[in-house]
Amino acid sequence: MTNNNKTPGFKAGLIHGLPIGMGYLSVSFSFGVLAISMGLNWWQAVLVSLANVTSAGQVAGIGIMSASGGLFEMAISQIVINIRYSLMSISLSQKADSSVNRLSRFLLSFGITDEVFGVAMGSGDSFGRRYFMGLMVLPIFSWVLGTFLGAVIGSVLPDFLVESLSIGIYGMFIAIVLPVCRKDKRIAIVSAISVAISVLLYYVKFFSFISGGFAAIISAVIAALIGAIFLPSSKKEDTANA
Amino acid sequence: MPSTTFFIYLGVMAVTTYLLRMIPFVVFNKKIENPRVKAFFDYIPYTVLSAMTFPSILYSTGSLITAAAGTIVAIILAFRGRSLLIVAVGAFAGALGCHFILMLIR
Repeated sequence: MTNNNKTPGFKAGLIHGLPIGMGYLSVSFSFGVLAISMGLNWWQAVLVSLANVTSAGQVAGIGIMSASGGLFEMAISQIVINIRYSLMSISLSQKADSSVNRLSRFLLSFGITDEVFGVAMGSGDSFGRRYFMGLMVLPIFSWVLGTFLGAVIGSVLPDFLVESLSIGIYGMFIAIVLPVCRKDKRIAIVSAISVAISVLLYYVKFFSFISGGFAAIISAVIAALIGAIFLPSSKKEDTANA
Repeated sequence: MPSTTFFIYLGVMAVTTYLLRMIPFVVFNKKIENPRVKAFFDYIPYTVLSAMTFPSILYSTGSLITAAAGTIVAIILAFRGRSLLIVAVGAFAGALGCHFILMLIR
């Protein structure tokens, strides 16, 4: 390797993006299957994936399309489900180095997904423009390709196979969170709190009016707030000024 | 669904999603110094993913038993520090394997 400098470049980004892309194939494949079953054409399913690159938001979106819901409802559902990207954007802006200028942020922000975010945050003290660009290419490509394949050939696969495939994305979430929890006790604690609140909102009847996407946001924000109040500054670099 | 209707839906959906990603990324170009605010944004990604995973993962395959099998495999592989792809495929294989075992038993 000729690159020995600290910030990884485009190629490193591509390599880190490959497993994300592979994981996306199965998830977007399920999305393609779902979109067809909801009455979309294959090219419509592909365009939805290309323009949004988000799992939960797209599932809600095509649900509203097929039910001929209102445009306001569409916008609100996307805001509620995808507001987590705003939080991730802020976190990412704190880790971006000086090469990530304003202009490139308009472009790079398009590729912010849960997994791209997770990998970028775990990539070291900071990341550069080229690395992030490389990181987002294969996930977006795979997301669109998987949707196309699911829309075109998904209907011939047996149900149990398609159903088993849909657990893949959650496996990826676990793969992002768990190793970090092992290294940082504070993140382990806030993640456990978040799971506890999420489970509570899911199973307690009183909270059943809260939809799935919104429940995740509530849980995440409350858990992170508790963490911010009782366990400030998760970085080991400065434990001073307590 | 007529094409114009589809494109209007798609436009609203895509623009909303893009703005949610773009605005904070462009606006926040200074480092946050406050340790509590900084901690909040350090924690958010993990609390979001945790809450999105549980309990939803248990209902992802349409069968609590196969999903639980996939979840256990994923947790073991992730705990051992395996890559995203391996863990995702492991979860899938765990759920699928469990499905076949259940088919044999029943």
